[in-house]
This record gives sequence, structure tokens and C-alpha cells, in this order.
Amino acid sequence: MTAIDIKKNLRENKGLWIFVGIALVVAVLLGVFVSPWASSSPDGLERIAEDKGFTKKAEEKKPAWEHSPMKDYAFPGVKSEKASTGVSGLVGVLITLAVATAVGLLALGLNRLHKKRMSSEGSPDAP
Amino acid sequence: MHIPDGFLDPKTWGATYGVSAGITAYALYKVRDRLEGKKIPLLGITAAFIFAAQMLNFPVAGGTSGHFLGAMLACVLLGPFEGFLVMTTVLIVQCFFFADGGLTALGANIFNMGIVGGLLSYYLMMLVKTPLSRWIGEKKALMSSVAVFSWFSVVLASAACATELAISGTVPFHMTFPAMVGVHSLIGIGEAIITTFALVVVLQSRPDLVDAYKGPALLPTSTAGEVA
Repeated sequence: MTAIDIKKNLRENKGLWIFVGIALVVAVLLGVFVSPWASSSPDGLERIAEDKGFTKKAEEKKPAWEHSPMKDYAFPGVKSEKASTGVSGLVGVLITLAVATAVGLLALGLNRLHKKRMSSEGSPDAP
Repeated sequence: MHIPDGFLDPKTWGATYGVSAGITAYALYKVRDRLEGKKIPLLGITAAFIFAAQMLNFPVAGGTSGHFLGAMLACVLLGPFEGFLVMTTVLIVQCFFFADGGLTALGANIFNMGIVGGLLSYYLMMLVKTPLSRWIGEKKALMSSVAVFSWFSVVLASAACATELAISGTVPFHMTFPAMVGVHSLIGIGEAIITTFALVVVLQSRPDLVDAYKGPALLPTSTAGEVA
């Protein structure tokens, strides 16, 4: 996608970008300002693990991946618990936005590659 | 219901990893053939919204909480395989950056929340929605079947989770299955409310952005061939 493509896209899909912008603002507001006030009770699975006594199965075992920078949605170095959750919410929203966009671009890249290959093979249904 | 490391035995997490990896590859293949550039920001924003909404645990009965899943919403808005890939993305980010769900259990979590709660529940929803739309109209049919099957999506995902715990020998089936399905049938009510509300908002503002909506205004003929 070239810069000209992006400009053209922005002009032609103005409504779409407004929609995406509003949705992003909503996601950020939820992740930053609402999440610190979410219930801290155990979720359904955690509660059952406690009640049936198998929580220790997870606690005894070393996690397979120990390098999560924001374990339990706490941003390192932020002292206030609420602020810590809010900051990790913001960072998480931006990371998911970026990764899902990258997955989309990967699929689009595969699509273009596929079309190119189809047309170079002279397939009749190529565009 | 993100499963941590240690709850599943190797055969169970291995098998679910295999299935989830296979479906992810198939989803990329399916999406490759139909993805348009303008859908990419929608994939990104849907993932970001679901991530944020999943942080919002709401209290259910007796000191237990639940949170939005979003798999049905993603599939309805974006299409089933796009929605599945969005759920997979959210689960991978939660696992690696937030230690929410174990790395060995990632395949199982994708299986439960992406395949069972997403793809399977979406197709069950469509089985009901398509004939229903002839009776009560497309919009009402979509909203009502999404309301019902978003509840099912959470319950089915929790049933899959309980089954994996039992197969792993972590906890007997009869001890965990009724409890998991019971508490998630409450959490599912929250899921149905949030999913239906979000769907109504998008349907009212930009019905063209709802993949599962095949309303007459958008589809000139009943055969979808001409829709670009």
C-alpha cells in the first residue's frame, strides 16, 4: 500500500475512519478509565478451581512463559493500583490494535501474492 | 475462563494446540481470498475493543465475576473466520503480555473461546437466523438470534473448558461440568446484553459494516454474487 493509496483510501472511506476513530476512543475509555473499577473477584474458572481445590495445580507449576511485562494487568513501576491497571489497559488496547492490524495486512499480503501468482499462471479467473 | 498453565495434561493441550493451529491456518487461507483493504482497520479496532471489554469483570453470584468474551460479536461484525482470527489475536496478546491464560493452554483457550465460542456458535446462530429472517425480517432475526447464541457461546465454551479439565484428570467431570456451565450461564446473560447492545449500535449507525447482516437495503438480490 503506497502513500497515495492511503490518501485515496482516507478520502473515499471517511465515514469508515470516523467509525473506527469513535470505536477506538470507546475502547481506550473502557480500558483506561473503567477497567480499574472492574470486579476483582475470581472469574468462573478461578472460583471453581478454588472450590474444587485444584488451584494449586497451576501455582505449583512454573509457568511456561514467565516474561509477561504486565502480569495480572499491572503496569510495572506504577504504584497506584488503579493507575497501574489503567495504563496496562491503554497499552493492551494499542498492542491488540497493532497485532490485529498486522494479521489483517498479512492476510491482504497473502491475497495479493496469490492473485499475482494466479495471473502469472494465466488462470482464467484471475482479475 | 482463560486456562492457566498446569490445569491441562500434555495430551489435552497438545491436541487442542493442533486443532487450533490447523483452524488458524485455514482461517488465514479463507480470509486471504475475501479480505478487502478497508476491512483491516475494522479487524484492528474490533480486537482492541474486545481486549478492553474483557478487562471489565462484572460480579455474578457469590463472590464470582465474569467478563465479556466477544467471540460472537467479532464473528457477526467481521465474518466468522475474520472474527476467529481477532479472538486468536486477543488471546495471544493476553497470554504473552498479561499472563492471562497459560502458554501451554493457549491452544485450548483458542479452541474454547475462538472455535467453540466463536466459529461453532456463529454457525449455530446462522442456522437459526437464516430461516427466521423470512418470518420476522433480517434485522430482528439477526438481533434475536445473536442475543440467544451469544449466551450459548459462553456456555458452550465453558463446557469445552470443563471437558478438557476432566480429560486432563485435573478434576472429575461430574464435579466441574455442572459448576462451570452453571456459573457461565449467568455470565452468558452479560454476554448477550453487551453483544446485542454493541450489535444494535453498529446496525443503527453503519449496517454495511455488519458482515452477518444481509438486509434488503444492502442486498439487491438474494444471491450474494453482485455484492462487492
